[in-house]
Amino acid sequence: MQDRGKCGTAKDTGQEEEMEKDKMDIGQVISETDSVKRDEKYNQYVKENTPKKSWLWNLCKAFIVGGLICVLGQAIHTWYMSLGFDKETAALYNTVTLILISVLLTGFNLYPKLAEFCGAGTLVPITGFANSIASAAIEFKKEGQVFGVGSQIFTIAGPVILYGLFSSWLLGLIYWLCRISGIL
Amino acid sequence: MTERGKQIGMRSAVFEDPPYIIGNSSVAGEKEGNGAFGRYYDMIETDPMFGAKSWEEAESRMQHISADIAIKKAGLEPQDIRYLIAGDLLGQLIATSFGIMNLNIPMFGVYGACSTMGESMAIASMLVDGGYSDYIIALTSSHFASAEKEFRFPLAYGNQHPLSSSWTVTGSGAVVLASSKGKWVRKETSYVRIVGITTGTITDYGIKDSMNMGACMAPAACGAILSNFKDFGIGPDYYDKIITGDLGIIGQQILADMMKGFGYDISGRQMDCGTEIYHNDIQETNAGGSGCGCCAITLCGYILNKMRKGTWKRVLFVPTGALLSKVSFHQGNSVPGIAHAVMMQAEESVSY
Repeated sequence: MQDRGKCGTAKDTGQEEEMEKDKMDIGQVISETDSVKRDEKYNQYVKENTPKKSWLWNLCKAFIVGGLICVLGQAIHTWYMSLGFDKETAALYNTVTLILISVLLTGFNLYPKLAEFCGAGTLVPITGFANSIASAAIEFKKEGQVFGVGSQIFTIAGPVILYGLFSSWLLGLIYWLCRISGIL
Repeated sequence: MTERGKQIGMRSAVFEDPPYIIGNSSVAGEKEGNGAFGRYYDMIETDPMFGAKSWEEAESRMQHISADIAIKKAGLEPQDIRYLIAGDLLGQLIATSFGIMNLNIPMFGVYGACSTMGESMAIASMLVDGGYSDYIIALTSSHFASAEKEFRFPLAYGNQHPLSSSWTVTGSGAVVLASSKGKWVRKETSYVRIVGITTGTITDYGIKDSMNMGACMAPAACGAILSNFKDFGIGPDYYDKIITGDLGIIGQQILADMMKGFGYDISGRQMDCGTEIYHNDIQETNAGGSGCGCCAITLCGYILNKMRKGTWKRVLFVPTGALLSKVSFHQGNSVPGIAHAVMMQAEESVSY
């Protein structure tokens, strides 16, 4: 009898634990005496109770708008080619044109609205990079040319530049090592 | 009065001669003007720069305007005011320092993040009831653009806001408190008095997401409200309304849940300034409004109006603040919260 009783309790606790995994109840958070565990439980509770944007819909929007920016780039590129520039020069002009468009949209405060809608769709192409630099320049203009624009312009783009350069150096090193060891 | 004087319970103070709110002002930006309480504000400025050259200066101007209106409405002159207690969200309180400098009122600067209105009112009431001052002004402000610059990204930077994020309110609220011994001219309206305060502790439940400030601050609000109930030996039904600062939709729900967990059902009488200040769906403010100005202009515009009209008699005003900086956030710290509870009571309408 006793054994059976014990089994029953163990089973019950097991079920309770399963329930706990399903959904965190606030009662468990506030009754928790250990502060580390309480914080963990509260974090889980908050996670479960915070609505999130649909990642699939976000992904679709980013894909479509990001793709459209690339189509625009291609159109500009083709147009420059039709003006008689060679492929390399057309690509260069294309990049500069996209940056100009992005900076203008940033200046007229339209870029944030576009980015709010499609997220990474505008962040990943070169337009996003231009926006991060132009927006910082506008924001910190009031602090002067040196301590404002000068030192703050790369606050967002800085890490991208640093780690971009670093990773290209690293890849160059790997490439060189592969070359001297005869793999490539 | 007990032998402990004005101390009651562990964390509260009760006033012998509850200070009167004799003047209040709310200055709001355009977006707030289009929000739910637009018609209650004293002034809605459509120019986000307030005619200034920078966002910080704009916020300073807003504070000055707000102080001016409150002092005028109280029927006083700046030199009648003995102390000014103010703060804002910017580093080293620059909006306040530069805003109220030429008022020439002796000043205490306070920082309680978005709970600054509650903090300044609490300290102001203690000074008035303690007899240190007959007239005192408590004010605060926040500006969407200067707050974004201080805590987040440049304004024109394109990033997405999660549904739990909030929108910093552009606004400044001020209240002028007076003791009954002051020589202010009584108007034929009912006055709101501050009868007691409960000061919150820094409460940290380990949330690191600064884009979900409601969740960071809800435990602090819960703690302050519970302390208030315990210290005064009351329950939620003592109040007509329990009004939190800027928990937003998510934080407000968490608070209601938590209070239920402690055995109190406050859902019927609870309101959150952050949740209500904007039309969240139309104005795309996600979880709602935040910032010092959020509860400050809601108090000075909407809440005091309701109390004077007699719609609500007893209100517990609980502004909440998230105590973070860019440095603490990037160093991987969590975002602790704080809440300051101010007990307000409307006095019966009297006519002389």
